[in-house]
This record gives sequence, structure tokens and C-alpha cells, in this order.
Amino acid sequence: MSVDKSTVKKIAKLARIAVSDEETDTIASELNHILNWIEELNEVDTDGVAPLASVTGHNLPLRQDAVTDGDKVDQILANAPEQASGFFVVPKVVE
Amino acid sequence: MSDILKLTAVEARKALDSKAISATELTNAYIGAMDETRGLNAYVAETQSKALEMAAASDKRLAEGKAGPLEGIPVGVKDLFCTKGVETTACSNILKGFTPTYESFVTNQLWDAGGVMLGKINCDEFAMGSANETSAFGPAINPWSSEDGPDLAAGGSSGGSAASVSSGSSLIATGTDTGGSIRQPAALCGIVGMKPTYGRCSRWGIVAFASSLDQAGPFTRDVADSALMLEAMAGHDKMDSTSADVAMPDLQAAMQAGVKGLKIGIPSEYVMDGMDPAILKLWEQGQSWLKDAGAELVEISLPHTKYALPCYYIIAPAEASSNLARYDGVRYGSRVDEGGSLDEMYAATRSAGFGDEVKRRIMIGTYALSAGYYDAYYLKAQQVRQLIKTDFDNAFTQVDAILTPATPSAAFELGVKQDDPVTMYLNDVFTVPANLAGIPGISVPAGLSEAGLPLGLQVLAGSFREDRIYQVAKTLEEAAAFQLNPVRAAGGLR
Repeated sequence: MSVDKSTVKKIAKLARIAVSDEETDTIASELNHILNWIEELNEVDTDGVAPLASVTGHNLPLRQDAVTDGDKVDQILANAPEQASGFFVVPKVVE
Repeated sequence: MSDILKLTAVEARKALDSKAISATELTNAYIGAMDETRGLNAYVAETQSKALEMAAASDKRLAEGKAGPLEGIPVGVKDLFCTKGVETTACSNILKGFTPTYESFVTNQLWDAGGVMLGKINCDEFAMGSANETSAFGPAINPWSSEDGPDLAAGGSSGGSAASVSSGSSLIATGTDTGGSIRQPAALCGIVGMKPTYGRCSRWGIVAFASSLDQAGPFTRDVADSALMLEAMAGHDKMDSTSADVAMPDLQAAMQAGVKGLKIGIPSEYVMDGMDPAILKLWEQGQSWLKDAGAELVEISLPHTKYALPCYYIIAPAEASSNLARYDGVRYGSRVDEGGSLDEMYAATRSAGFGDEVKRRIMIGTYALSAGYYDAYYLKAQQVRQLIKTDFDNAFTQVDAILTPATPSAAFELGVKQDDPVTMYLNDVFTVPANLAGIPGISVPAGLSEAGLPLGLQVLAGSFREDRIYQVAKTLEEAAAFQLNPVRAAGGLR
């Protein structure tokens, strides 16, 4: 599998990272270099092996579905780049 | 006291208890050392006045007989831990100016135990790197670099923590280890670095990199300090659903126990091309030390070792691409808004705020998780991860602990491995498997390279068997009698 320029643009869009045309070639070659190295994994026979997502060995703990925290508007907004009237401000999304 | 910087944390605690020194005196010595070693770029934010306030409170508690296990001990905090009211950036431009309104679980534990915060410490951006070179604040410098020679890497990602403890600008420091980020820099700087079992230290309030691998741990000058600090950091936390409710074994007893009768596994796969011959020699030396102390050496096989790194470089970026989606210029951190759409604001913010290595890993992770490639990369990597874990599970039915080298080389020159990301990734070849399996591992300084740079040995044990780690580490430390004397350390440490 090889990553071309259009794939880089697609990944960059999915990752919400702006990439210039000049950067695209460099990124494509870097990603291919890393991915080629990762191809080594194909040597491993993984037929019937269950994928491992967590090493904890315990089930996620359950708790009461109750409010345990809150009323912290000021703390939540304390680091916002832009805020108004208790809300985060973002560029207009609806015309 | 003239040699105050030379005291280990355990010794300093005794000196504080006996009133030979005060916490304020100790903290002032470290503030002096921070000033003296500023050229190493270990700190990204110094909090001297907070440190002196905390030290005064420690002196009060010491006088009242209410001292905690780390009372008055000066601590450096990796900039990945949220500290209430103190800027926390993960050494990324995208988080510049972020001042947490809460404290991480681990640092809170340290302050509850009486620790004194000296400041925030340099690391790779979002802990992604093996030389501390991806930091937005520039690299930390290894204090073992010669006075007139090139600057050497302190390792990464917790390079600043290792440089700081090794140079005397902190007595102990926190780190996080996702693929070797505690053990590798500890080895390169000649100190002790411990990655506990996954789940031992809560991740709550630590800036996330790869959540199924990230684990906090201590940097210290010796093994006894490591146990002391780990006991304070660890603990069950209901705010982290992966936090383990498993009692810590008695580490103090473990350090007294020796290794007589223990079976130590020597994995044949931990030899790689281009390894420093001094490291192979040290590994053999380590085996003799343990044998002489009464341990039985057992040759073992961990057949999937060579696949650990490529497996890691799918899993860690995949999790990172998801974790780092939160940096969108809306809720915290920096924002770049050129008057376009919301999507354009996200993309411009993230393009300007993230460094090259972080972007590279986000893109790899995004690709591995994207439609059409998920099975080929992510699922495959998770299956290989299972096989790596099974290797260790099998090994620990035969042996009590495993001895390996900590790194494939001693500290290298800053900048030399920057051109090829894969070359840089290879630094973690011996440390990554433990993260994938979730098991604990420690790096103990044990010898010197031909150039006189520190080399470490790694001890691995089964999950929640930190006692085994400290049994073996203490024995290695006593046999090696390693001398910590880096050229660029604070004068009071040399």
C-alpha cells in the first residue's frame, strides 16, 4: 500500500490539519517510509488471534448514573480563546 | 550543610526529621541549582515562590510531627501533568497559555505526601519523541555532555526530567512512559527510571498521548528513592476507569530480600544489529551480578519482540490521532482564525499549533483508522499486540523477572537522528514491548560506554509485581556501584 498526494490531502482533511501543496510531497514520502517499515507486521500469522485493546484485565467499573460534578462554567471557560455570555465562541456555522 | 544536593530523597527525609536541615534550606539549594544549570533547558516554567511557600508549609508540618513520606522533597513535574494555576503546555505551541483549573491525580498525591513543586519540566511535544527535540521549548541537554563537546540528547520524551534529576536541579521528578519515555532518558542520563504496571498510577489530569499505553512513573537518583516516590504516586482513582484497585506489594521489604532463588529470564531476541558492544558486555555483566547474588539465569524466548516497534507505531499514533482531536482552538489553547469557516479555523489552528512529529503521528494514526485500512493496520497491530503480551505471559510462567539492556546505545548527539523518523523510533526497541504488554519495567544505571556515558539495564516483571522489579534493581544497583557525576551538573552535586 502506498500513500500518494491525493491520499495525503484526504488524511489531512480528516485530521483537520492544513497542508500546503509544497508540503504534500514531503509528507507522502515520510508516511510511505514509515508505512513500509510497518509492513513487517504482515510477516506475523495472526489468524484466529483476538485483537488486544486493553491490558487491564478488568471490566470497566460501573457507578450510579448520578450527577457528581458541575456548576463550573467559569472554570470550563477559563482557557477558552474566545467566550461570551457563558458560551464558547466559534466562527459562524449557519448562514 | 554543604553537601545538601548530594542527599538522596531517603537521606534528605532523615535529615529533615532529625532537623539537620530544613525544607526551606533544601528547597533554596535546589533553586540555586536550577539557576546554575539553566543552560540544560530542563525547566519550561520555574515556580520558585510556590516552592518556597510549600517548603515553609513542610517545615511547619515537620515541626508539628505531621510530616508525610515526601515531606520537603523538591520535585520537578513533567509538563504533561496538569498543575492547578501553573501553565501546562505538554511542550506544544497549541497549549501555550493553558492554565489548568485542577490538579492531576499523581501530582496531587505527591503534594499530599509533602512534596515541594519546583516547576514544570521540558519534554517532547505531547510526549512524542525519543530525544526531547520535538519540544516547542527546544531540547533538554544531557548533563553528561562534555564541557567543550557537542550537546548530547537527554533522551525522550521525559528528557527534561532525566536531565534535571541527573544534574541536581530536582531531587526527584515525574515522568510518563508510553513507549520508553521514562526508562530511555533515565538510562541516557545515568539515573533510575521506573514505569509501573499499566493502571498503577492514575492517568487523570495527564495530557493524553496513547491512553492504552501511557503510564506515569518516577525519576530518581537511586532505587530506594524510586520505591519511595512510586509509593506516593500510585493509588486507585475512580476518575480513571483503567486505574487498578490492586494493593502495592511491600517495596521496602523487596529491596531487602535480595535475589537468591529468583529465576531471571534472559531473552535471546534482545540483541540487535548496530548495538553498542559495551551494552552487550554490560548485559552479560548484569547476568553475572545476579548469578553471584544467588539468582538462577534462564534462557527464554520472546519471539514477537521484533514486531513490537512497528506494532507500537500503529497503535500509539492511532490513539494519539483520536486523543489530539480535542485541540481545536475552541475550548483551550491557541486559535488561528483567518476569517474563514469553522473547519478552516480548526485546520489553521492545528497546522500552526502542532509540530512536525505530532502532525506526522496524527496523520499516520488517521490513515490507520480510516475506512478501508482499519483491518490491515489497526486490527493487525492489535492482534500482534496480543501475541507480544502472550510472549510475556508465557515467560512469566517460567521466570520471576527478565533482564535486558535498556537502550541500544548511549546518549547520542542532538540533531543527528532527526532526518529519519524510523532511526529515532529504534531507540525504544527494548522498552516498547513492556508498554504493549502493560507490565512494569525499570532502568537502572549500571555502567559506562567507551566514551564514558551512562548505560542502563532494564528489569521487567509480571503485572503488579513491582516487588520483583525492586528486588532485582536493588541487587543490580549494589553490584554496579554506579557513580552519578555528570560534567554539567550543579556544582553542589559534583
